Amino acid sequence: MIEFENVSKTYGTTCVLGPVTGSIPSGGITSLVGPNGAGKSTLLTIMGRLLEPTTGRVCIGGLDVATTRGAELARTVSILRQENHVTARLRVRELVAFGRFPHSRGRLGPADREHIDAALSFLELEPLADRFLDQLSGGQRQRAFVAMVLAQDTSHVLLDEPLNNLDMFHAVQMMKRIRRAADELGKTFVMVVHDLNFAAAYSDRIVALRDGQVVAHDTVGATITDATLTDVFGTPVRVREIDGELTALYVRG
Amino acid sequence: MSATLAPARTAAPADATRPRLAPGARVAIAFGLALLALAAYLTLFTRGSFLFAVELRAPTAAAMVVAAFTQAVATVLFHTVTDNRILTPSIMGFDSMFVLMQTLLVWFFGGMILTQLAGVPMRLAQTAAMVLAATGLYRWLFSGRFGNLFVLLLVGVVLGMAFDSLSTFLERLLRPTDYDLLSVELFGRMTDVDPAFLPLAFGVCLLAGVVVWWRRHVLDALLLGRETSICVGVDHRRELTGVLVLVALLVSFSTALVGPMTFFGFLVATLAYQLTGTYRHAYVIPMAFAIGVVFLAGGQFVLQHVFYAAGFLTVVIEFVGGLLFLALLLKRRSL
Repeated sequence: MIEFENVSKTYGTTCVLGPVTGSIPSGGITSLVGPNGAGKSTLLTIMGRLLEPTTGRVCIGGLDVATTRGAELARTVSILRQENHVTARLRVRELVAFGRFPHSRGRLGPADREHIDAALSFLELEPLADRFLDQLSGGQRQRAFVAMVLAQDTSHVLLDEPLNNLDMFHAVQMMKRIRRAADELGKTFVMVVHDLNFAAAYSDRIVALRDGQVVAHDTVGATITDATLTDVFGTPVRVREIDGELTALYVRG
Repeated sequence: MSATLAPARTAAPADATRPRLAPGARVAIAFGLALLALAAYLTLFTRGSFLFAVELRAPTAAAMVVAAFTQAVATVLFHTVTDNRILTPSIMGFDSMFVLMQTLLVWFFGGMILTQLAGVPMRLAQTAAMVLAATGLYRWLFSGRFGNLFVLLLVGVVLGMAFDSLSTFLERLLRPTDYDLLSVELFGRMTDVDPAFLPLAFGVCLLAGVVVWWRRHVLDALLLGRETSICVGVDHRRELTGVLVLVALLVSFSTALVGPMTFFGFLVATLAYQLTGTYRHAYVIPMAFAIGVVFLAGGQFVLQHVFYAAGFLTVVIEFVGGLLFLALLLKRRSL
């Protein structure tokens, strides 16, 4: 359960987010959608305590993000940003091992190694485990970082555009894995997704933002509609059901 | 210096597959070389009384160990906590700040203050002032205000220059006696060390070493960068402050003992990253320390007995380090 109350972010005199209030129930996948500059990533990074809100507070699993100790929070919520750069030269396995830091404080035990191996195999990274990060393609690196976040074994996982850098095949694989992690491991995922059709096909709930405000927050069926999407994105969007999947058509307006 | 640069460049593809030599073995070899260099410097080419020669050289050797330790640890820690491998405390003007603070002290209280306050309490007070000022300034600089590495570099260079010019200006206004007393204080040299100062310096090094060993896993996690390290539960703001305090402490002792060295820390840290074969601080920091001792003691030995140019050690090291710095800076096209 993620609750945010009166959260806003202001840079100088420009307000990029909020104030927004709401809650995301436990379990399943919630996607944040909206046009560029709508405040999706800002809201996600505030939830993930990487950014301090100007006003308001966020509680994740009953822990106040602003006041809870970092180590304790890191066992409840993990967050992955779009751009991940590591100055040091790390191997994939070493990066994933850092996901266990909140549990092990750097001294890996047998349980930690099990989690690392499970995360590597979950993202099919075993063949790449001993490669250096700078020897991977953008998509492979993205998978390595997702594996790190999964090894952290938190009940809540926040992902900022996990499909960034991924081609069609790997994007589908990634969403299937996230779906599996949500269903089999019972984790709560919140993610920023740009592709509406991916959001519609794999999410349980959609939060639509525009100009820093939450415009809609409901199930997929209730939000992926002509009226809502056209309103949110400011460009004509038609939703059709194709082979049972809600599909947004927007390319030709 | 091409001989010094070459291993750094060839080492990268070599460890691309798997380290051929375990990091522990590499560090052990580096320490062996460091001991060898120290022993050579202390005992070889003595004329006359052997004991007298060793006694004469011992304070310099001790100063080399302290300088190598302080510069190596300060630079690696600074790199880790600021998430870059280009900027170092010296390049960002830590040394210049120390010189300025010494000059200000004399400017306000007169040169006699240095003689009256000589000794350990004086050192501690100076160091405390330096730690406060440096931590305040650099915490502000590195709190994400300037996202760009090159802007930070520029700010650091400008700050260093400003501190230097201010020091020079104030020194011109001093009475000759005061200036004399100050310059004795300031221009520490490797070959002319105050032995009374060494026990305290060793104590500080030991303290820093213990703190770093105790925090080594957190330091490893800091390598992930600010956001990812926060994600795995590191209190980034607290660690930044803690590391900057330690860096200011180390740099002020290094500068007081052997004078400012701009690129020495950069040189040993960069080589340590290439040669250790792991990212772990438990190996990288000892490696950087050992490389530093090899450079200082080995360099002094070679210069003194092969080239008969004993006074030029820091000049040579700065030259090599500066070239390496420029090479790495130009190699990176963007951040």
